Amino acid sequence: MHLQYPLALAALLAGIGVFGVLARRNAVLVLIGVELILNAANLILVTVGSQPDAPFAAGPVLTLFVITIAAAEVCVALAVILAMFRGLGHIDLTADPELTDNPADDPAADPADDPDYATTGDRDSPRNEVAS
Amino acid sequence: MTTRDIVFVVVGAITALSALLSVTTRHVVHAALWLLVSLGSLAGCYLVLGQELVALVQLLVYVGAIVVLVLFALMLTRAPIGPNPDISTPPWQRVVAVVLGGATTALLAATLLPVLSGVTVDLDRPRSGTLQIAQAVFGTWVWPFELLSVLLLVALIGAFAVSRLVIRQGVDAP
Repeated sequence: MHLQYPLALAALLAGIGVFGVLARRNAVLVLIGVELILNAANLILVTVGSQPDAPFAAGPVLTLFVITIAAAEVCVALAVILAMFRGLGHIDLTADPELTDNPADDPAADPADDPDYATTGDRDSPRNEVAS
Repeated sequence: MTTRDIVFVVVGAITALSALLSVTTRHVVHAALWLLVSLGSLAGCYLVLGQELVALVQLLVYVGAIVVLVLFALMLTRAPIGPNPDISTPPWQRVVAVVLGGATTALLAATLLPVLSGVTVDLDRPRSGTLQIAQAVFGTWVWPFELLSVLLLVALIGAFAVSRLVIRQGVDAP
């Protein structure tokens, strides 16, 4: 089979991923673009590794490594996004930061309005000190 | 064109179309579901390329774990149901994104396609199967493989620590 079709598909996926990263405001959807770019890299690795004289089976093994690293990356990125949502009340990456002097005046960060506050029960958080 | 070429073109077209839909749809949840279709059919592409193990791991980790994590994140951040124009950037920024994405595609295609132009492989009699991959993982690549398990543990602890972090505007986080 010709190896040019997988490479063309990988180039297409990388371009679509770059578009997805740049054209989205929702942080989770930006992450989807990053996943597409990673998959383009995986497809290039598998394609090059399917040649018969590839040493150490490097193509498929490195693809497995990239998939594992992508799982770790998504894990940390979603934790950051959830922390952002709990703190700011939105996950819009292009939103202007609200430049108030007193953060207690900001209604979006009020712990009483925070729905996750009751479920987490975070006694160490400084937010409780503001509330009390 | 052999049968594998035709099958790959069909599966690859499904992959590219669903990837395009996942970055352009106005429904937030539909984007994650189109990503699921795209990653699943990419596993089909790996099957056509003769890498069964990579295709299975792709299905297990990407389709089974990562897309479910993304869907959970969408639920926890209260993604709106229905079309929502606010999830995309303004039009001029999307035009720039189209230009940059097209430039990326053109650059990668111009770089990669001449390298393997005219190269054909006989995948019906593969030389590297699952046995060779296993021998390579537990032989040549054993230390990077062990390091990856440490990386996963660190990512787990890091995600736990970050999720306890409180981001506040104007106040330094602890």
